[in-house]
Amino acid sequence: MSVYARRRAVNAVVMAFTLAATGFGLLWLVLVLGTLLWNGTAALTPALFAQMTPPPGSTGGLLNAIFGSVVMTLIATLIGTPTGILAGTFLAEYSRGSRFGEVVRFINDILLSAPSIIVGLFVYELMVVRMGHFSAWAGAVALAIIVIPVVVRTTEDMLNLVPNALREAASALGSPKWKVIVMVSYRAAIQGMVTGVMLAIARIAGETAPLLFTALNNQFWSTNLNAPMANLPVVIFQFAMSPYADWQVLAWGGALLITITVLFLNIGARALASWSTFKQ
Amino acid sequence: MSLAVARQAMPLPPPVPREARVQPSPELKVLIRDVDFYYGDFKALKSITLPLHDKRVTAFIGPSGCGKSTLLRVLNRIYQLYPGQRATGEVIVDGENILSPGVDLNLLRAKIGMVFQKPTPFPMSIYDNIAFGIRLYERLPHHELDDRVESALRRAALWDEVKDKLRQSGLGLSGGQQQRLCIARAIAVQPEVLLLDEPASALDPISTQRIEELIAELKGDYCIAIVTHNMQQAARSSDYTAFMYLGELIEFDETELIFTRPKQKHTEDYITGRFG
Repeated sequence: MSVYARRRAVNAVVMAFTLAATGFGLLWLVLVLGTLLWNGTAALTPALFAQMTPPPGSTGGLLNAIFGSVVMTLIATLIGTPTGILAGTFLAEYSRGSRFGEVVRFINDILLSAPSIIVGLFVYELMVVRMGHFSAWAGAVALAIIVIPVVVRTTEDMLNLVPNALREAASALGSPKWKVIVMVSYRAAIQGMVTGVMLAIARIAGETAPLLFTALNNQFWSTNLNAPMANLPVVIFQFAMSPYADWQVLAWGGALLITITVLFLNIGARALASWSTFKQ
Repeated sequence: MSLAVARQAMPLPPPVPREARVQPSPELKVLIRDVDFYYGDFKALKSITLPLHDKRVTAFIGPSGCGKSTLLRVLNRIYQLYPGQRATGEVIVDGENILSPGVDLNLLRAKIGMVFQKPTPFPMSIYDNIAFGIRLYERLPHHELDDRVESALRRAALWDEVKDKLRQSGLGLSGGQQQRLCIARAIAVQPEVLLLDEPASALDPISTQRIEELIAELKGDYCIAIVTHNMQQAARSSDYTAFMYLGELIEFDETELIFTRPKQKHTEDYITGRFG
């Protein structure tokens, strides 16, 4: 067999393996999404968005859970985004090459991959035990702790992509450092930073473990942040495990809702990212 | 016939009597005295002493790594953005040693503008690119700011090309336009000294020519220091030339003399292309 023919044969075999592996991976994704669509679409009725979570055996929707998820995600984002962006800015702009910066970056990476149930238990000890009850505040804080490392990381990475020549140029005009950062570095990195925040929101949209120990759940409509609050992940957890058929249908509906939200957040993040590369 | 057309018609600049190029008794603007520079432990500049004159162009030539860009970066202390880089000696600007610790770096850089090798438009509109520097120092009413932006763009010979798209991104301009935008941005702050670090080396010949014309224009108002790898550019556009090699100043004189009767063998070898 000539060298050339042998290379072609090896190439074909390797390609077959990679295709098979890709197909195998995609198969499960398609099955999961297919099952979700099949079972979830039936639950997507107007009532899902208009009624509260019902007791077993009666009809209802997920309005209180949707509201709770939105509120806690919002508060978590409001806490996590500024904290993460400021810390990421510190790492990229102020602590380059310093020992302290390296330590902070390392710890942040650990936090980034920490199991979310640990975060939930931590906030349980920190807030729930001391306050004496579950609360939406505790849930939001737990989610914020998950948001922060993601935003720190993306902010730092995006700022590191800003060419130093740009900072030099702004400094050479006599601009103080904070103005160089706010007016030039942030502007150059803004799409990437927003993308990071959107991905962080997508990440917490489906987190169950941190909420299970903090916000718990609430069968009723509640806007009290000092009380337990319903939320989609915990409701799905509870309803899907139950023996009641109508609860299970609602759980499918909630799961589909979260998946669609995450999907759109990801598409939005990608669109933003590609828009920025296109512009430059 | 306009200057541009004349230049295109003739490969070499028209011969100008030396007396017309270098006016008698130019005023001293910057005095560099015994300046050493270190990148960490590496000594990149060795006891440089050199004057820069007002309303004159001083060119720095020499092979890569000879320290000419480093010297420029000492003059506005931009090197201080990076820990581990330091300069010793004196740089006297209008009687004040700008290397002394108490100097306000922002005010210093307002007085000594810089344009870099690669065009560095900020990610904002053309208008805001110019206004950025002005807003750092002055709070102007809208119409005055508009006037300042327009005059800076006019001086940089860019106004006619961008006047209808001031709100568009500066990143959308061509390389040559971007570099003129950077020059406009630097002069909008109304500096007294302009440092040009190979301002045309990333540009095509036509853009280079426009930048050189611009330098000739601006010379009347500023003290200009330009680093260049292009010998013809130094010969064409400067009044004084400094030849540097391995961190040392080998020779400094009027450009005419450097390129016709260099005193050092080293200088002659370099400008005639025998090494470099």
